[in-house]
Amino acid sequence: MLVLNLIEALTNALDVSMAADSSIIVYGEDVGFEGGVFRATKGLQAKYGVDRCFDSILAESSIVGSGIGMAINGLKPVVEIQFSGFVFPAINQIVTHAARMRNRSRGLYTVPMVIRMPYGGGVRALEHHSESLEAIFAHTAGLKVVIPSTPYDAKGLMMAAINDPDPVIFMEPKRIYRAFKQEVPEGIYEIPIGKAKIVKPGDDLTVVAWGSMLRDVQKAVEILEKEGHSIELIDLRTISPIDRETIITSVQKTGRFAVVHEAARSFGPGAELISIVNEGAFLHLEAPPTRITSVDTIVPLPKGEHHYVPSVEGIVAELRAVLTF
Amino acid sequence: MFIEKFDPLKDDMIQILDPSGKIVDTANMPALSEAKMIKMYQTMRESRIIDEKTLQYQRQGRMLTYAPNLGQEATQVGSASALRQTDWVAPSFRELGVWLTKGAPLDKIFLYWFGNEEGMKMSEDIRILPVSVPIASQLQHATGLAYAAKYRKLDDVAVGYVGDGGTSQGDFHEALNFAAVNALPNVFIIQNNQFAISTRRALQTKAPNLAAKALAYGMPGVIVDGNDIFAVYAVVSEAVERARRGEGPTLIECYTYRMGAHTTSDDPTVYREEMEVDPWRGKDPIDRMYKYLVAEGLWSEEQEDAFVRETADRVKQTFETVEKSGFTPLEDIFDYVYAERTPILEAQYQSRKAFYEKEGK
Ligand SMILES: Cc1ncc(C[n+]2csc(CCOP(=O)(O)OP(=O)(O)O)c2C)c(N)n1
Repeated sequence: MLVLNLIEALTNALDVSMAADSSIIVYGEDVGFEGGVFRATKGLQAKYGVDRCFDSILAESSIVGSGIGMAINGLKPVVEIQFSGFVFPAINQIVTHAARMRNRSRGLYTVPMVIRMPYGGGVRALEHHSESLEAIFAHTAGLKVVIPSTPYDAKGLMMAAINDPDPVIFMEPKRIYRAFKQEVPEGIYEIPIGKAKIVKPGDDLTVVAWGSMLRDVQKAVEILEKEGHSIELIDLRTISPIDRETIITSVQKTGRFAVVHEAARSFGPGAELISIVNEGAFLHLEAPPTRITSVDTIVPLPKGEHHYVPSVEGIVAELRAVLTF
Repeated sequence: MFIEKFDPLKDDMIQILDPSGKIVDTANMPALSEAKMIKMYQTMRESRIIDEKTLQYQRQGRMLTYAPNLGQEATQVGSASALRQTDWVAPSFRELGVWLTKGAPLDKIFLYWFGNEEGMKMSEDIRILPVSVPIASQLQHATGLAYAAKYRKLDDVAVGYVGDGGTSQGDFHEALNFAAVNALPNVFIIQNNQFAISTRRALQTKAPNLAAKALAYGMPGVIVDGNDIFAVYAVVSEAVERARRGEGPTLIECYTYRMGAHTTSDDPTVYREEMEVDPWRGKDPIDRMYKYLVAEGLWSEEQEDAFVRETADRVKQTFETVEKSGFTPLEDIFDYVYAERTPILEAQYQSRKAFYEKEGK
């Protein structure tokens, strides 16, 4: 067993995968020599050579577009977008090609690539360094969207993403890259894409969260459990394809539902989750399903960021309202 | 006059003031008044002081991420000094000297880097668009500013700044192409500081230099010593006047060096040796102009000391005031998304406000 933080677990996942499969190519801005601005690819160029791990030109459209070609021609590219806020120059390649190549060629050409990107706020950063854009990708047919919240899951999901036959948007919670360490197996293992995880079982309320928000929700849940409530906490892990079954089964048991996310509220992932609950567990509900989210503004610069994102106290207050409805 | 006869494929570089502070091309020395020269010098010096102080504040945890301009002062101040007040600038995020030259107040600049959008709400006559973080995207806006100026029969010019890394983005190529096709009054300035974070200029392009890219768009491309404020000023002035006369855009590569880290989040020792930085210390843009001014009897050690002391005090006081500004008011988050708050935003604002009141915040 290794003891790794989330970013080390990702580096290890890439390392172990590259050792086992020479078709894996890793690149992006500053990814090669320095190992990425967060050091996710640290040491890979030295170990596997410049052909397999390199600094791309500064152009996201090129990073993803070239990856599509590589994937079609037998490689497994794992590319990095330095921050998710800078994915927009590549959106054309992602949405109009990566997501559609399989359908367009009726399965003749496919794009088994992974597009990694650190996402989320709370890191006191400049503009465009704090967004949570999972809904944009999840709304696009042909893409899978994965967000780990622990080192163990990060490695297992990354290995699953690399071996997935379709393009996977792999969103990394940078706020908790180095927040804590966990035991991680040394070798190869996969966590299936599309499966949520019950972090802890409970009877009175189902709460779904993912990524860095999960840690804040855990704190809120602890506070409420001390007050005598029993809460089932689910880590969604895959945004798309979403694990309807785990959510519906849980809400059928608890009768109450809340989703907490860092993404903006309107048309966000919470809206989809509440629809799933309404479709699958409506007659079990004892309170209106609730979403606890950021507001529908532009992500503020650091001096205003606390107005934007749900705080632990805010989450506690809103969950309590659901529990006592 | 440089632009017509410059051939970027020859890979030359225009220089007027050499690193020892001597004028090596007297014929092309721009006719600058003493007052303007001193102003340009002082602005470079001020920029350096602000950078040094800000880096210190950042290390003390009093400032957020900051992108220093160390070594690039002549590129920034020299180019902006060639503009008229009504000329537009579409900046990237490493142009402190441009902001200062155009008269942007330091408290606003600090406020922005301190993490409050209010800092980008400058007076309209500064005519600089807000800091643009998405690399090279701002060049497209420069073309639109220029198109509108031309259409409205104003003879204002629009200048776009970009880094060497930025020349790899599609936006760079599209902007240059659009400007050339429409013969727009644009000047594109590449601050070639040799690095895009850790990535070296040689990894961005196989072209012999960045100015050569202009040829493919049918516009002139010029390489200038970016640490020589007179050369930068002379070349940019010529490009600006060309643009103003309706003769179209110019691409100018200012050849310089990023002496500091990319930003305060970056550790350059991971990817470059001190040995590599050293030769550039001898080419410092501020030292160079200092030597020239002193030799000409336009500046002295005493004036220097007094200026540095006064400026450092002013910078310190300005920062300390900004530091007291605290958090962004809740209203500010909601009030600039649209011209008017939508019903949903209004509801979300009220709900956050009620929560704060309940929590006693
Ligand atoms: C579209 C986009 N991708 C990535 C980034 C992250 N990033 C910030 S600065 C930078 C390097 C820029 O290099 P260069 O254009 O040479 O300008 P310099 O920083 O050297 O002034 C990168 C990759 C960004 N800001 N925007």
